[in-house]
Amino acid sequence: MAVLMEVNNLVTRFYTQEGTVYAVNDISYQLQEGETLGVVGESGSGKSVHSLSIMGLIPSPPGKVENGEVIFRGRDLLQLPPDQMRLVRGAEIAMIFQDPMTSLNPVLTIGSQITEALKLHMGMNNNQANERAAELLSLVGIPDAASRLNNYPHQFSGGMRQRVMIAMGLSCNPKLLIADEPTTALDVTIQAQIIDLVKRLREEFDMAIIWISHDLGVVAGIADRIIVMYAGTIVESGMVEEVFADTRHPYTLGLLQSLPRMDRRSQRLISIEGSPPDMRNPIDGCPFVDRCPVRIDRCATETPVLEGVPEGHQDHMMACWVDVRELDIVAASEGASET
Amino acid sequence: MSAVADQPLSRNAAEGDADGRVLVRVRNLKKHFPITSGIVIQRQVGAVKAVDDISFDIFEGETLGLVGESGCGKSTTGRTVLQLYEPTAGSVQLRVDDELQELTEMKGEDLRRMRRRMQMIFQDPYASLNPRMSVGRIVSEPLRIHKTMERNEQEGYVEHLLERVGLNPYFVNRYPHEFSGGQRQRIGIARALALEPGFIVADEPISALDVSIQAQVVNLLEDLQEELNLTYLFIAHDLSMVRHICDRVAVMYLGKIVELAPADELYENPLHPYTQALLSAVPVPDPMREKRAQRIILTGDVPSPSNPPEGCNFNTRCPVRFGLCYDAPDPGLIEATPGHYVACHRVG
Ligand SMILES: Nc1ncnc2c1ncn2[C@@H]1O[C@H](COP(=O)(O)OP(=O)(O)OP(=O)(O)O)[C@@H](O)[C@H]1O
Ligand SMILES: Nc1ncnc2c1ncn2[C@@H]1O[C@H](COP(=O)(O)OP(=O)(O)O)[C@@H](O)[C@H]1O
Ligand code: SF4
Ligand code: SF4
Ligand SMILES: [Mg+2]
Ligand SMILES: [Mg+2]
Repeated sequence: MAVLMEVNNLVTRFYTQEGTVYAVNDISYQLQEGETLGVVGESGSGKSVHSLSIMGLIPSPPGKVENGEVIFRGRDLLQLPPDQMRLVRGAEIAMIFQDPMTSLNPVLTIGSQITEALKLHMGMNNNQANERAAELLSLVGIPDAASRLNNYPHQFSGGMRQRVMIAMGLSCNPKLLIADEPTTALDVTIQAQIIDLVKRLREEFDMAIIWISHDLGVVAGIADRIIVMYAGTIVESGMVEEVFADTRHPYTLGLLQSLPRMDRRSQRLISIEGSPPDMRNPIDGCPFVDRCPVRIDRCATETPVLEGVPEGHQDHMMACWVDVRELDIVAASEGASET
Repeated sequence: MSAVADQPLSRNAAEGDADGRVLVRVRNLKKHFPITSGIVIQRQVGAVKAVDDISFDIFEGETLGLVGESGCGKSTTGRTVLQLYEPTAGSVQLRVDDELQELTEMKGEDLRRMRRRMQMIFQDPYASLNPRMSVGRIVSEPLRIHKTMERNEQEGYVEHLLERVGLNPYFVNRYPHEFSGGQRQRIGIARALALEPGFIVADEPISALDVSIQAQVVNLLEDLQEELNLTYLFIAHDLSMVRHICDRVAVMYLGKIVELAPADELYENPLHPYTQALLSAVPVPDPMREKRAQRIILTGDVPSPSNPPEGCNFNTRCPVRFGLCYDAPDPGLIEATPGHYVACHRVG
């Protein structure tokens, strides 16, 4: 496998009236061709800002990509002029969002919205584009596709709109699909339909996927590799089986322990105390220090860097000063919750 | 007392047995919202059958889960049980001392007295707290409405409530915007507790919260239940959390209860085809299990509750439907095994 995209030292901030928001703080990773990368983290952890930065879609002002490079198929996307970046967005990288209505035009038919991209990026004429649009709609599982081309977005359900977005995203055979919480607003049976669909299509189209979600279950099912974000930083990353079975960062461990499991009956949940940090403060020391049940003295002042875990496999990395394998973190969390 | 209210849905009759006493009894409850049309003269042209003939009991001290997909009628059920919506038909009874009292026929002061015994916790901790009221006023509002306590006693009591839900009593003079989502949900819980209710409807109380905060709030709800002997109707779409927190679970689809069973029984031995699909669709945070997972992928969407299918209302998506599912009237809940109720022509 070859590297499709390399993100190096990405830093994105927002300069607001209430102060600077440190949204993404120096993140780096590689994405292989055809790989599905899951990005997990709580709300505000910088997942969306990170992907919008890659796509050149950060609203500016107030936002600014302060540093970093995004090397995609040999060129730095952050240095591309806007018109070239627009072409990359349409043809090489597609993006779908949580709420398809924000990206669909309510007054245009579904058909005209899909054919627009086909005519613009693939140089098709009207007939070719219509035919391909119907093909794409049936590919994403919309019954009676040809006749649905004349429908407007409001005539589709939430799940069908997300299918339309996927069809539009796929129309130009992208190398990379960025999906930002694409199933969060959907019911669980519809979510299962969409995930099933995406798994089928990624084979067929041989594309890489960045799948952003706060749901560790969804990511466990779809990702090859995952990145765990906290306070705009990557705190742990690695092959999905490694990160779930041999979890090393106290935050990841805390998240996994706090989840009830549907496949077994759980005792009292072990919660992470406190709440996520205010992103208006620059990171000083470890971002998780206030909530960490196993912190040590240096955590408050020295920011840990993301590096290979001790005795780990397959580029399993974390940013933490402590080796949790040596500690009873469950006992530590319970101790913390007594206070 | 009406005839429907006497139908035993449960073997555990009102007198109570090993499983305890019935605190809330719901029989054949319906809530239909009219659809009107016309500009000058509003005519009713149809109805959204949000809740369509459901029956269940809630036992004292238990947590009954109510699950199902968006729009299936969970919130409407909760609100109609609490008489926040006037039912279209059916019976809702609440035990007061040793007697089940019919709420749907009560009015005025009688109903107000009953309302003190039943409270609600809402999903959205942002929208459900008045931004212009201090925390102290929010939490003490029910005391003022119901005039249950002298003014001079209220302050100390509110501080006690805040402490009880894990908030610093020092926060009484602050405003909602100064708090995180999890803290606001705690404020909502403190308000719900102010009148010392026995029964609480919690409508998606953790859905809007971050994953790392959900466990905190769930632990608090469990602690309060134990200490104050609370009974919960817990509405949720997170099926993993429901298994954790609930004693029994009712599954809704398109305004009807399709299955009701003790939680472990429901998760280990689901009988209704919809429940089976719903449970199989839930992703588990374990990549190994996910690789092996056999999902039942339902086709299509949930039909509109204003125009539900004839026969069994799941027949447009059911993977095992057959002739009877279209021809016969919709299947009612039957007790398949003791305490396990299901509504499907294939079962029983
Ligand atoms: N005030 C109302 N007027 C008209 N229709 C309503 C009203 N309230 C609810 N409904 C409809 O009743 C049905 C059930 O709604 P309800 O809010 O109970 O669903 P729910 O299961 O709680 O869904 P969600 O998980 O999305 O909140 C839906 O079709 C809804 O649109
Ligand atoms: N347009 C904006 N203006 C100011 N701050 C923003 C803006 N967009 C995002 N942020 C802030 O950036 C941080 C990361 O946000 P985001 O990436 O959207 O989180 P999520 O992980 O939920 O997708 C948050 O603190 C958020 O409030
Ligand atoms: S660096 Fe310290 S505070 Fe941060 S996660 Fe590791 S042990 Fe906890
Ligand atoms: S009655 Fe028929 S359609 Fe309904 S759930 Fe049972 S098998 Fe499916
Ligand atoms: Mg986001
Ligand atoms: Mg609801």
